[in-house]
Amino acid sequence: MNRRTLLGSAAALVAASALPAFAQGDKLKVGFIYVGPVGDGGWTYQHDLARQAVEKEYGDRVETTFIESVPEGADAERAITQLALSGHKLIFTTSFGFMDATINVAKKFPDVKFEHATGYKTAENVATYDARFYEGRAVMGTIAGRMTKSNKIGYIGSFPIPEVVQGINSSYLHAKKVNPDVEMKVVWAYSWFDPAKEADAAAALIAEGVDVILQHTDSTAPLAKAQEAGAIGFGQASDMAAFKPTPRVSSIIDNWAPYYVKRVGEVLDGTWTSHSVWLGIGDGEVEIGEITEAVPPEVKEEALALKARIASGEYHPFTGPLNKQDGTSWLAEGEKASDEDLRGMNFYVEGITAPMPK
Amino acid sequence: MFRLEPRASAPLLWQVATPVLAVLATMIGGGALFAAMGFDPLAAIRTIFWDPLFGPAAAYSRPQLLVKAGPLILIACGLALGFRAGIWNIGAEGQYIIGAICGTAVALAAYPLDAFWIFPAMILAGALGGWAWGMVPALLRNWFGASEILVSLMLVYVAQKVAAWMAFGPMKNPKGFNFPGSRNLQQYDAAANPELIAGSGLHWGGVAAVLALAATWFVMSRHVLGFHIRTAGAAPRAARFAGVRPERLVALCLGVSGALAGLAGLFEVAGPAGQITESFGSGYGFTAIIVAFLGRLHPLGILLAGLLMALTYIGGELAQMMLNLPAATVQVFQGMLLFFLLGFDILTRYRIRRRA
Amino acid sequence: MMIDPLSVFILLLGAATPILFAALGELVVERAGVLNLGVEGMMIGGALAGFSAAHASGSPALGFLAAAVAGAALSMIFAVLTQFLLSNQVATGLALTLFGLGLTAMFGKPYEGVKAPPMPAGPLQLNLMIWLGLALVPAVWWFLMRSRPGLILRAVGENHDAAHALGYPVRALRIAAIGFGGALAGMGGAYISIATVLQWTEGMTAGAGWIALAIVVFAQWNPWGVLAGAWLFGGVTVLQLRLQAAGVAVPVQLLSMAPYLATILVLVLISARQKFGRSGGAAAPGSLGRPFHALR
Repeated sequence: MNRRTLLGSAAALVAASALPAFAQGDKLKVGFIYVGPVGDGGWTYQHDLARQAVEKEYGDRVETTFIESVPEGADAERAITQLALSGHKLIFTTSFGFMDATINVAKKFPDVKFEHATGYKTAENVATYDARFYEGRAVMGTIAGRMTKSNKIGYIGSFPIPEVVQGINSSYLHAKKVNPDVEMKVVWAYSWFDPAKEADAAAALIAEGVDVILQHTDSTAPLAKAQEAGAIGFGQASDMAAFKPTPRVSSIIDNWAPYYVKRVGEVLDGTWTSHSVWLGIGDGEVEIGEITEAVPPEVKEEALALKARIASGEYHPFTGPLNKQDGTSWLAEGEKASDEDLRGMNFYVEGITAPMPK
Repeated sequence: MFRLEPRASAPLLWQVATPVLAVLATMIGGGALFAAMGFDPLAAIRTIFWDPLFGPAAAYSRPQLLVKAGPLILIACGLALGFRAGIWNIGAEGQYIIGAICGTAVALAAYPLDAFWIFPAMILAGALGGWAWGMVPALLRNWFGASEILVSLMLVYVAQKVAAWMAFGPMKNPKGFNFPGSRNLQQYDAAANPELIAGSGLHWGGVAAVLALAATWFVMSRHVLGFHIRTAGAAPRAARFAGVRPERLVALCLGVSGALAGLAGLFEVAGPAGQITESFGSGYGFTAIIVAFLGRLHPLGILLAGLLMALTYIGGELAQMMLNLPAATVQVFQGMLLFFLLGFDILTRYRIRRRA
Repeated sequence: MMIDPLSVFILLLGAATPILFAALGELVVERAGVLNLGVEGMMIGGALAGFSAAHASGSPALGFLAAAVAGAALSMIFAVLTQFLLSNQVATGLALTLFGLGLTAMFGKPYEGVKAPPMPAGPLQLNLMIWLGLALVPAVWWFLMRSRPGLILRAVGENHDAAHALGYPVRALRIAAIGFGGALAGMGGAYISIATVLQWTEGMTAGAGWIALAIVVFAQWNPWGVLAGAWLFGGVTVLQLRLQAAGVAVPVQLLSMAPYLATILVLVLISARQKFGRSGGAAAPGSLGRPFHALR
């Protein structure tokens, strides 16, 4: 920190303390910053469900506020600061792109607690939390490997970031485990949400002979396309129940409610401390939506058994021996992938033939 | 029936009165909207228009008005020059993005060197980048007669793709766990554009905006160039007789507005935004077009229009936070405000007469 | 590796339909000398209105009808402001986009998570809207190039003062054109919600309206060019996704810039041809974006 920024934060502190806290009563005010609209039916929608769960759990003891569709960058920093200034004592910032803004604001408000989703920078008053989506993808992959008749499964990626690369690898490995002939096709939409493009991506996969589509983008367009073509797919982020029982045969759901309820409780009873957690199926943060009757019972059994083994910690989806796409060794026999490896994952595992985007 | 008769010059009374009337009409229309949505209309309007300036957290939000209005004003100043001359640069968004990318390129090339010249070099690169992106439509118009409106708009899309390419490829932060986005320049002191006076919200971009306002005023009202611009806009044929060379004017207006937009992008990326990301262009270039028109292409008007737009953004966020007003409702309200401002403007430019 | 061109073409037809509708509408608007940058706002308006009507009635056809009405209604805000109150078209169009996105987000809440009725397949497994889009191309061409009202419309767009002097109703024609453009934009938006995604979500047009604007330029204000443009823009997306699916490394960002650069190139070529004397295709309509106010 240099002199300029030091002066800056000192003055902001003075400004902050000069303001009478206008929190009402002794309710705990909890703030949420969303990157999309609450009506996106996916990422932000799930965070907002968790916010509602917090309200329901603690009733009059908490008051929640959210600001939606906040662009990453300068606007995020201002929105977070406004929440802190208006007496919010716990603030959830729910997108990777809010990372630096959260850290900046946290420096100026040492008595406010911050929770940042999917980032890697923590502080005394900044905790991070993330979900092990790849655990859910292992279950999806199992179903996909069993259900495909063409032995071709497809994956619609949003951006080539570690979370999505983990998902592709995990789906592929577990499809391959139950169906050695399976092949994985990957298409990058370069968007989290662009229904028209996602539909085109699904159509491109179907034209390649794919009959099971996994999606890592948030709209239902791929499911609609799958339905037209008689293919199947999975809900992403939210349950996407409107497409039950087929094409949506199951789903991977981001369930932030248990974590949010727990952390708000900790602030209420004064036991909150900073941490960096990565929770999965076992913690209820990654949920597998209902597996519909379109899936044969024995496949459903198998998928649920895998889910149970992952939940209990008995099985790690990335367990050696595993090689990287180029054939070099990654994990030795019985070795489990380290979180560090996974967090920076930028390679496919052996057997995926699609090129990794540069 | 009524008919409209153009005014030779807009009377001062109407110049002041129309925006006030438009804001009042928006308050009435917006109040009805908020009431229909089940919110207290008075509280909502107070939160949007009053609280950012004088509310309990105004000590913070007032400076933020500058942060938000700065780039809008800087870009709008350049656009106003061209618009007055009938040269339509609607691609400021692209010039803004390219300016930011060029400036960031200098910073990343110098990283981690600590030298006094880095920030000035970035400013130069930002201005040059924006200038070059603005010169493309200028030259294509001069050489081939291609419409600058359309070329500059197309170049916005190209610039957005360049930003995405940079964020995923050449400029990706090597320490960023493979997430898209460049290094954060706020954390690189030699390249950062922090607040000049802590808590003021004023960074070099704000200074540049003030200078641009002064320069625009000087050029438009005191310099022969301003005369040329106004003549070219009002009477293109007459302008030729007055010694205006249209090609030069096109290059000048598009170049200058591009450079100013590029500067705005550079100050934003080195300051409040911090990094080049896939979504770096957040619409300042387009909003600045609205600001330029709301400000009637006059420096003082641009200043006020920029601050008013910033006010509705910040007030809108406050309304979301304090009253749980949905972001969509705020957006509709902003749309209404723009419609009223644009619509009421006719009172300044025309006289309404009863048809004989 | 072989990619079956026919399968790419079929994908392309679907992908091109929303932008084809919107661009054909905007083409007529621009031919009348009006630049409406609010296409995105009208598309999203149509997407919601169409979806809600299709959902309520169970009929996609009624949905598209409602979308056309909604798109036209939104465009009338633009028409009143620019034609009667003489506001700047660029700024008003941008404001319309902002307004449309906000308005639909506000009224769309009850429709989140609901599914649209299925689109019936038409001849050759292509739905009727794809066919309608294709049929509109010659229809708009005929109207503009062969019919008398079309001729007058073009005259208005080329030189509104001269058209006015000849006694043509400049303003009325422009308002009609703006309304038509709004209706087609609305139907294009509804194609996304009713036929492509089958659900309503905020901001679901995701920039299609801006692409439509680019296509009109690419097309040099010619309906057949619009078809080519919609296929080019839709085609590049479809092809790059298809290549990815086939396992080919694709420089996605560079490739997706290509249609915009091609648009600039086409614009330059046509403008140059006109400037240097050889007559050819039309460059931009002469009065495009200029306000018209009759002094008499």
